Amino acid sequence: MSDATLDSKGGAGPAVADDPKRRAAFDARVAAEGKVEPRDWMPEQYRKTLIRQISQHAHSEYVGMLPEGNWVTRAPTLRRKAVLLAKIQDEAGHALYLYGAAETMGVSRAEMLDALHEGKAKYSSIFNYPTLTWADVAAIGWLVDGAAIVNQVALQRCSYGPYARAMVRICKEESFHQRQGYEAMMALAQGSPDQKKMAQDSLNRWWWPSLMMFGPSDRDSPHSAQNMAWKIKRESNDDLRQRFVDMTVPQADYLGLTMPDPDLKWNEERGHYDFGEIDWDEFWRVVKGNGVCNRERLQARRDAHDKGAWVREAAVAHAEKRAARSLAQAAE
Amino acid sequence: MNQDQHVDYLLRLGDNALILGHRLSEWCGHAPILEEDIALTNVALDLIGQARMLLTQAGAVEGKGRDEDALAFGRDVLDWRNVLLVEQPNGDFADTIARQFLFDIWNHQVFSTLLGSTDAELAAIAAKAVKEIAYHKRHSSEWLIRLGDGTEESRARMIRALDVHWGFVEELFTPDAVDQAAFEAGIGPDLAALRPEWDAAVAAVLDEAGLERPEVGWAVHGGKTDGHHSEHLGFILAELQFMQRAYPGLAW
Amino acid sequence: MASSDWPLWEVFVRSRAGLNHKHCGSLHAPDAEMAIQNARDVYTRRGEGVSIWVVKSSEITAADPDDKDQLYDPADTKVYRHPTFYTVPDEVDHL
Repeated sequence: MSDATLDSKGGAGPAVADDPKRRAAFDARVAAEGKVEPRDWMPEQYRKTLIRQISQHAHSEYVGMLPEGNWVTRAPTLRRKAVLLAKIQDEAGHALYLYGAAETMGVSRAEMLDALHEGKAKYSSIFNYPTLTWADVAAIGWLVDGAAIVNQVALQRCSYGPYARAMVRICKEESFHQRQGYEAMMALAQGSPDQKKMAQDSLNRWWWPSLMMFGPSDRDSPHSAQNMAWKIKRESNDDLRQRFVDMTVPQADYLGLTMPDPDLKWNEERGHYDFGEIDWDEFWRVVKGNGVCNRERLQARRDAHDKGAWVREAAVAHAEKRAARSLAQAAE
Repeated sequence: MNQDQHVDYLLRLGDNALILGHRLSEWCGHAPILEEDIALTNVALDLIGQARMLLTQAGAVEGKGRDEDALAFGRDVLDWRNVLLVEQPNGDFADTIARQFLFDIWNHQVFSTLLGSTDAELAAIAAKAVKEIAYHKRHSSEWLIRLGDGTEESRARMIRALDVHWGFVEELFTPDAVDQAAFEAGIGPDLAALRPEWDAAVAAVLDEAGLERPEVGWAVHGGKTDGHHSEHLGFILAELQFMQRAYPGLAW
Repeated sequence: MASSDWPLWEVFVRSRAGLNHKHCGSLHAPDAEMAIQNARDVYTRRGEGVSIWVVKSSEITAADPDDKDQLYDPADTKVYRHPTFYTVPDEVDHL
């Protein structure tokens, strides 16, 4: 979000990373809900974890523009078109805030993009699923943004200041995304048989991938304990996933749509919905690059970057020329 | 000016905005840098917003119950009234900037005049739109300068892009019967009279970009007058209208 | 820095007259004019902001947080800077 270069001489570098006294003071401060700011001393592992997490989050927003962008030119009404475009623009803005937050830790956006383009950095697997019908745009708003909000609300309390502040701004702006998705879904669910069919098919395809957005089960999530202690992660994957299920099932009921999960039912004793086991094979398959759109999404990002290189170079060259001219004028 | 001409005139303005907004929205997610994704989307959103107001007004003047969507999704190529310039493909970033720059300078002149239109609704739309268009003009001018006076490659691309789009400029300034009637009714500007100011404004930016005014020996017309468009418009409509054609008469 | 990478700028926005400019984030731009335009598009999309400042991030000098003690602690003793240090009669308004 901010203060990027302020980190350049900061204490985050590896040279001082294993100072036990500072480490104890850091842990105590974070435990007491103190915020960490860019130039503060921090353990190397804290820095690495956050760079990975924030840059993945940024890449997800950036790549996430593509499946919805796919429908901008085909939106069914001008109002829907304008709303969709504004929403995708917000996602670009969110990518920008997040790259900025990661940059405060001393990594440049160019380095992060290189990692994305080389396939070394991950982004949310949900965007490797195709948007086949207009209902998918509605489903993304309702389910994918709904899941993202559950995650992001928790991250507003992340211990790293710039990330937490970016999350506050993003959550504020995203409040309309989920609502517009649900509204668009409602129009379909209350529409013609064709529209209802489109809506149900879309829910069938997006429900399980939305649940996968919360990541592996707590049983298989090795980093969780340290990240929870450092307040990088505020709640466990499974807790957040449960919250999303509890929130979303009644919304689907209201629409008259059926969740594609025969095991889904209210558990009076737990006060939560029970739901079926996620297909973890599919989860790992898509994470590892074997979703329908993995290659296209990455290639689209590479193409935009490569085809834009001459534009970015021209702007830099022009700025240099202009600076040289004003220097020459000053010398006269 | 008869009612048909009035509707036709409003459709020109609305169709220009919608088709150019459509073209710019094709960049969404594919711009040279993230910041420019946001900037191009802003311009696209402004234009689509203007199109919605202008088409709504066209439908109101027409009085046959057609709203913005009926007009956007229910007309085939021959009934579209946009100028040829705005339907040209995005090409590379220099093409997009050339098309935008040539149009923005003209569009700003037109909407500045429309502030005083005798069509009060149109004047109110112009009051909102003219501020947005002033910003579009600034954005495309600044990019034209950077590409023209950037690297050798960007300069060559910018020169080529201006050559490619220059032949569509004359249509902007050539009034036909509808433009003439709109002018006489105090609804729209005297198009031909706008040319000297446009030439001067364009020359000033070209000069700052270190570029010459293109010398091209061709100029084409047809979009706005009788719907004789380039082949590109049909493909734009195929995408734009897909949902309403595949599922007619539904609410979304 | 490769020739196609744009420098980073910090953005400060005054959201309405009477308030200070407030740091709201950063962005990349090749020069000040484009930084202003990008800042308008990025940080004032919802009509926030009546005035924008941009400054190249590399032009900002920051105090070292390790100097916190010498820079900020002395102020703790200068209580006369705080308005509550002064007792004024309750019936006197507008102070």
